[in-house]
Amino acid sequence: MRLTLRQRQIIWAYVFMSVALVFFVVIRWYPTILAFNVSFRDWNVFEGSGPWVGMENYQEIWEDAGKPRSSVTAAFSNTVRYVLFGVPSQLVLALGIALLLAQIRRLAAFFRVAYFAPYVTSAVAVAFVWNWLYQPETGLLNQALDLVGLPQQPFTKSPTQALPSITAVAVWQNLGFAVIIFLAGIQQIPSIYYEAARIDGANSWHIFWRITLPLLNPIIVYLTVLGTISYLRLFALVQNMSPQGTGGPLKSTTTVVLEVYREGFSSYKMGYAGALTVLLFLLILLITIVQLRFLSRRVEY
Amino acid sequence: MNQWAQRRMQSINQSSTRGNTELSAQGGERRQFLWAVLIAYLLLFLGGVIMVTPFFWMILTSVKPAPELVNFSFFPQDPTLQNYINVLTTSSFERWYLNSIIVATMSTISVIFFDSLVGYTLNKFDFPGKNFIFIGMLGTLMIPTEMLIIPWFTMSVKWSWHIGYVQYWGIAFPGVITAAGIFLMRQFFDGVPNELLDAARMDGMNEFGIWWRIAVPLVKPAIAALAIFNFIGNWNAYLWPLILANSREFYTLPVGLSFFRGESTTHWEKIMTAASLASIPLLIIFLIFQRQIIKGIALTGLKG
Repeated sequence: MRLTLRQRQIIWAYVFMSVALVFFVVIRWYPTILAFNVSFRDWNVFEGSGPWVGMENYQEIWEDAGKPRSSVTAAFSNTVRYVLFGVPSQLVLALGIALLLAQIRRLAAFFRVAYFAPYVTSAVAVAFVWNWLYQPETGLLNQALDLVGLPQQPFTKSPTQALPSITAVAVWQNLGFAVIIFLAGIQQIPSIYYEAARIDGANSWHIFWRITLPLLNPIIVYLTVLGTISYLRLFALVQNMSPQGTGGPLKSTTTVVLEVYREGFSSYKMGYAGALTVLLFLLILLITIVQLRFLSRRVEY
Repeated sequence: MNQWAQRRMQSINQSSTRGNTELSAQGGERRQFLWAVLIAYLLLFLGGVIMVTPFFWMILTSVKPAPELVNFSFFPQDPTLQNYINVLTTSSFERWYLNSIIVATMSTISVIFFDSLVGYTLNKFDFPGKNFIFIGMLGTLMIPTEMLIIPWFTMSVKWSWHIGYVQYWGIAFPGVITAAGIFLMRQFFDGVPNELLDAARMDGMNEFGIWWRIAVPLVKPAIAALAIFNFIGNWNAYLWPLILANSREFYTLPVGLSFFRGESTTHWEKIMTAASLASIPLLIIFLIFQRQIIKGIALTGLKG
C-alpha cells in the first residue's frame, strides 16, 4: 500500500510528538488530576492511596484559619502582602532604571550586568548573603546604621520588619529581569513618536505619560502577571531567611508554599497540603484573570 | 491567556527586526542634555552599588579569618583561603557540584531536543488534532508546579525514582520537556521558509533529516537562548530537588547549601564561603555569556 504525502506527514508528526505526548499526559495532566484527587483524600504518599474524605481537608483548613495565631491565615495574608509590596516596587524601580539606561550609551552593558547578576544566582545563596547583611551587631547594614548614628534594626529577627526585609531581597533578586524586558520595550518605541511630540511642544513629563507608558502597556501587563505569580509562589527565600525555616518569627513571614512543604513533607499531612496547593492554584488563576481583564488595553500604533 | 501570550510573541518578533535600525537612529537624533545624562549616570551608579555590594560582601567575608567578623573591618586585614579549604574538606561540595551539573545538563539536552522537535512539528506539519494537542501542552503552563509536587512524589515513590542513582532522573524529570520552550520554538520556526523544506523533500531527504539538518541550524540563536535559560533554571531549582533527594550524596547545590547552613549556624565566614562556592560558577558563566543571555531574554521574554 502506498501512502499519500499527507498520510505520511501525519505519521511523521505523531512520531515526532510521541515522547512529548506521553510526557504531557503522564508528568503533567495525570498529576494535575491526581492533585485534585489527593485534596479530597486522607492521602498516604508511600502507599499511593488513601480513603476518600470529601471536603474534610478543606474544612480543616477553614477551621484552622479561624483559630488564633493560625499558620494558614498567616500564610495567605503574608502571601498577598508579598505580592502587594513586591510587585509594584519591582515594576516602578525596574521602569525607572530602564528609562535611565535608555538615556546612556557608555557603560550601559556594565550596568545591565550589575542589575541582572542577582537574577542568575540561586535563591538559597542570596538568602544567606542577606541574612548576613541583616545580622544584628555584626551585619553590614547595622554597621552602616551605626556609622551614621542611627539605631540598629532587627530586620528579619522582628515580626514587623521581617516580611518587608524579605520582600526587599526578592525585589533585589528579580529586578534585573524586569529591567531587561522594559529596556527592550522602550527601545522598540518608534522614535518618530517622540519627534512628533517634541515638534508639538510636549515636555518630557507629557511624553512619558502620553507616549512611553501607554505604549509599554503590554509589557507592564506581562511583567505584572509574571511577577505576581512568582511572589505568590515564594518559598526558597523565606525558608532560608526565617529561623529554622519555619516562616517565623511568629509566623510573620510564612507563605502558602512554605506551609504546603511543612504540612506535606514534615508532618506528612498530604491531603491537607494537597488542598492548600489547590487553593493556591485557584488564587493564582483568579488573580491572573482579574489582572488580564483590567490591565490590558488595546494599544493602537 | 494563550491568545494574549501569542499576541505578545508576535509583537516581539515583528519589532525585533525593526528595533535595531531605529535604535541607532534614535540615539543621535534625540537631544540629550548634559545634566540629564549626568543624573542618569549618578542614579545608575548608586543603584549599581546596591546591586553588587552583597556579592562583594559575600566574597570579602569568605576570605576573612573568623575573628575579623567580630571586630568589624570592611576589607580583610589578613586574607586567607582557609575557609575554602575547611568547607571543601568537611562537606560534600564536590559531589553537589557533580549532581547539579548532571541534572542541569541532562534536562537541558532533553529540552533542546524535544522542545525544538515538537515546536517544529506544531509549526510545519498539518495533522488532525493539532489544535487540541497545542492547547493541551500550553494549558499546562497554567498549573503551578507546587500543585504537582505531591502527585510527583507519589509517582516517584511508586516507581522508585527516589532511590539510588535513579534520583538523577527523579530530580530532573519534571523539566525534561517544557511547554514554554515548545511555544517559543514554534514561534521561531516561523522564520524557516517552507520552500526550503519542500526542496529537501524533493531531494528525498527524510523528515527527521530535514528537521535536524535544515531547520535546526536556522534557529540556532533561539536554541542557544533556550539552552542557557534551562540550564540556569535547573541549576537553581530548589523545591523539587529538596523534596526528592533523600540523602546528602544526591543533593543538588542549592539543597546542599541549605542543609550546610543548619550545620554551621553562626559561622558566617563558612556560610559565605559555601554561598560563594555555590554562586560563583554560575556568575562566571553569566559574565561570559551576558550578551547572549540578556539579548535572549529581551527577545523571548523567557523567565529562566
